[in-house]
Amino acid sequence: MFGNFDFDVIARTWKYLFFTGMTFTVELTLMAMVGGIIFGTILALGRLSHFKWLAMICATYVNGIRSVPLVLVIFWFYFLVPYIGAWVIGSPTPIPVGAFTSSLVTFILFEAAYYCEIMRAGIQSISRGQVMAGQALGMTYFQNMGNIVLPQAFRNMIPILLTQTIVLFQDVSLVSILSITDFVGAARKIAERDGRQAEMYLFVGIVYFVICLSLSMLVKQLQRRVAIVR
Amino acid sequence: MNYNWNWGIFWQAAPGGQGTYAQALLSGLMFTLAVGLLAWIMALILGSIVGTVRTTPSKWAVRIGNGYVELFRNIPLLVQMYMWYFVIPEFLPGPIGSYIKSMPNEPFVTAVICLGFFTSARVAEQVRAGINSLPRGQSMAGTAMGLTPTQTYMKVILPQAFRIIIPPMTSEFLNVIKNSSVALYIGVMELTAQARSMQEFSFQVFEAFSAATLLYVAINVIVLNLMRFIENRTRVPGLIAVGGAKIAGH
Repeated sequence: MFGNFDFDVIARTWKYLFFTGMTFTVELTLMAMVGGIIFGTILALGRLSHFKWLAMICATYVNGIRSVPLVLVIFWFYFLVPYIGAWVIGSPTPIPVGAFTSSLVTFILFEAAYYCEIMRAGIQSISRGQVMAGQALGMTYFQNMGNIVLPQAFRNMIPILLTQTIVLFQDVSLVSILSITDFVGAARKIAERDGRQAEMYLFVGIVYFVICLSLSMLVKQLQRRVAIVR
Repeated sequence: MNYNWNWGIFWQAAPGGQGTYAQALLSGLMFTLAVGLLAWIMALILGSIVGTVRTTPSKWAVRIGNGYVELFRNIPLLVQMYMWYFVIPEFLPGPIGSYIKSMPNEPFVTAVICLGFFTSARVAEQVRAGINSLPRGQSMAGTAMGLTPTQTYMKVILPQAFRIIIPPMTSEFLNVIKNSSVALYIGVMELTAQARSMQEFSFQVFEAFSAATLLYVAINVIVLNLMRFIENRTRVPGLIAVGGAKIAGH
């Protein structure tokens, strides 16, 4: 069964796979998670805002992003980010943007739509009495949100936010289409150079499975620990 | 911003002599729908079986079902695509493996199978959640009426569970359409791939991706409205909307 397999290719290249590829994947995942949760929370507040126009803009953004595939969004921003950069700086020509920046912007803006829906559900799950109590104490909207609603909503939603981050970790593999050396991109380069696709992708699959399964088991444990007893 | 807009590009001939760029995009749309629908049928059948098995009292069957779901949920779809394309044929006995590798539409078949299995794990999760959301009394009543376990599932549990999980299943269906774009990594010329090749040949980046985006949004709007209609027609009397499983994903 493994007769034609040559697992030596992994022994020869694992340093490249992990130190170059996996490092990129993990860095991008963590930075996109932080950026995505912050922007997603802002979007969620926007969607729940009393200003109809603001709620509508945020809802359109979230629903628009959620109805197109990630691959298409990756392409969009790969070509769009240089133009946005030029517009921000005021340069007449598109400015070249590195692969990491381009994919970081993509993932923050894309995942924010998904984090937004999670945070929105979290905010809506806080009972109205909490908000009213805050108002009765004379808190402003932002004091109320920052001190009362968001900390509770965030805590309730930590397990789902982390599960979404595991999905984000898996989705980072899609940037390899732009010849970026993430974990899968690195594996693809080696696989194509040495003609060892079968071994390489089998190994990549096992690595992802082990990491993601352990992470989701950790999340399940965490879920039991952070649950607020009512 | 000095980008040369040219919306007339869609009516110009695409390279390859297959017609205009608009026709190329439409053929991509057809592939997207074909991969999505075939994978969806496969996912519905497999997912329903696995999801139902996970609610039976048999411990080992539940374990196998859980393992199935974990296997497909913890490997990125792209890596699964590569594994079905490059790894699995190596494991099949010689003649079958080489027959598969020499099939003319191998990427298409691989994409359907891969996406079918991937989505079936998600469907299984929804089916299980739907069944578990029913009161225990339903299956007890079935047993009390003298129905066999199979009859209880077929006549009491599943007809209710499937109607309850229509909303989450709608988003799973939209997911399978969106996820079919990953098939471009193994060379299926679906909608995103056609938009990309149009961009490469014509340099009209934003027109190409705008058209693809509009088509995806149109699919979404149509499916959502259709499912809302079906949902209203099949609502279980006396039940308020009960959600399915909250699972992260796209």
